[in-house]
Amino acid sequence: MNVPAPRPFRVSTGARVGFLLLALYAFYAASQLDFTWDRFITGLDNGARFIGRMFPPNFSNWELLIKGLVESLQIAVLASLGGILISLPVSLLASRNLMPSWATWPARALIAVCRSLHPVIVAIFFVKAVGFGALAGILALVVASIGFIGKLFTEAIEEISLKQVEAVRATGASFANVILFGVLPQVFSRFVGFATYQTDSNLRSSTMVGIVGAGGIGGTLFAAFQRFDYDFVCAILLSIIALIMVGEMLANLIRAVFVEGLGFGSRDGKRPAPAVPSAAKEFD
Amino acid sequence: MTASLTIRGLVKEYKPGQPVLKGIDLEFDGAGLTAIIGASGTGKSTLIRCINRLVEPTAGEIIFAGEDIAKLRRGELRNARRRIGMVFQEYNLVERLSVMENLLTGRLGYTGAWQAWLRRFPAADIERSFALLETVGLASFADQRADSLSGGQRQRVGIARALMQEPRLMLADEPTSSLDPKTSVEIMTLLKEQGAAQGIPVIVNMHDVELSRRFADRIIGMKDGMVAFDGPPAELDHAMLKHIYGGEGWLH
Repeated sequence: MNVPAPRPFRVSTGARVGFLLLALYAFYAASQLDFTWDRFITGLDNGARFIGRMFPPNFSNWELLIKGLVESLQIAVLASLGGILISLPVSLLASRNLMPSWATWPARALIAVCRSLHPVIVAIFFVKAVGFGALAGILALVVASIGFIGKLFTEAIEEISLKQVEAVRATGASFANVILFGVLPQVFSRFVGFATYQTDSNLRSSTMVGIVGAGGIGGTLFAAFQRFDYDFVCAILLSIIALIMVGEMLANLIRAVFVEGLGFGSRDGKRPAPAVPSAAKEFD
Repeated sequence: MTASLTIRGLVKEYKPGQPVLKGIDLEFDGAGLTAIIGASGTGKSTLIRCINRLVEPTAGEIIFAGEDIAKLRRGELRNARRRIGMVFQEYNLVERLSVMENLLTGRLGYTGAWQAWLRRFPAADIERSFALLETVGLASFADQRADSLSGGQRQRVGIARALMQEPRLMLADEPTSSLDPKTSVEIMTLLKEQGAAQGIPVIVNMHDVELSRRFADRIIGMKDGMVAFDGPPAELDHAMLKHIYGGEGWLH
């Protein structure tokens, strides 16, 4: 009897139906939202006028601009510092390979709550709670930092080699010393990577929280939009881009100083792999 | 002054009702190197880890320097561990720390967290670590990172770390199983010499029967969680090896 050879690369019926449904839904949603070619052409027209009014950028109001940028930078630096300092003990408590479950549970819950809300929503919350200004922005980004690097720190700690920890324990070292000599050397370079990434991310977020009144250049930007000062908007956007680029250079410098300077980097002197996991994109 | 170790009725069950150690009674007096041999899975490693409670014993007594280690509370246990050096199969050095820092790890039981963080160890400890590096033949390696060393060098650092503790007892869990034959002999020689020099008992888990015959003053053979043989190497004959490991084809 001839049994037909199984065909390779067969797509299951379920997958076919799934793709079909997805395509149908996309059409339906597009029709619901007036997502049509004509609408796009009308939009382009408007966009061209808008971009035309943005140039040349207007830097005449530079004092306001600098004030906003400096405030954003300060929000980012303070929020990162606070977030990192709080994340260190929280992530240690959350690590299941070092802590009993009564400690990991609450710590993990705290991280999960901090993670679940977008920084803008948290910023609105803090503006309502503590009033307009940079304090609300700082607090919002501290929360975001805990949610993000707290989780990454925890994962880094949970991936360490317990053999090294066991050897340090066997010498009669106290718990604090086990952490200092058995755990920290194994995670330090990754911590620095996560921390600088978070600082970078906070810098971007700090330009945004101002939109909801939580301080920084975002407020200035929003006001300029509302007044249709599009040339000033352009000046602000260019300044933000410059700020972010400078921030990135600073982050690389920090990594170089802390990781290579303290000898915790990878052995062959290469720069540690960029500590940005795939999930790291969501705050941008 | 020799610390003696007495183990009485030691039982360890990882799963209730399935003991890995089924009531071990052993005594270790004075100096000398004791090799524990036995097939894989007979509880050699568990036995040695119960002595400093890296593994929690289920029942029994472990009397070391007049204290029952099995009953100590956390702080007391840490104090007892400071006097028990341990050497591991895979060296278990802290890879990203320097050789010197790894040696000083042996003093962490006596060092406050703040001093440890700032690497402010007493001058005597630093001196001792340089002296020990000299002893194990790694004098020029103090500033190298542990993960840049070869296996044999790492195990030398492991032994030096244990000796930094000024131990009254030395445990070694298959210290040569990851090493080549020549390096294994060098490591065993170092363990034996240092045990004799400090006048302390050295207890070594081993796979290699010939190596244990060559270095041990006393051999303990384990089988199914029990002590099957306990005596000088000369008394360990083929019949006993066959009993401990099972089969006999490998003996010829």
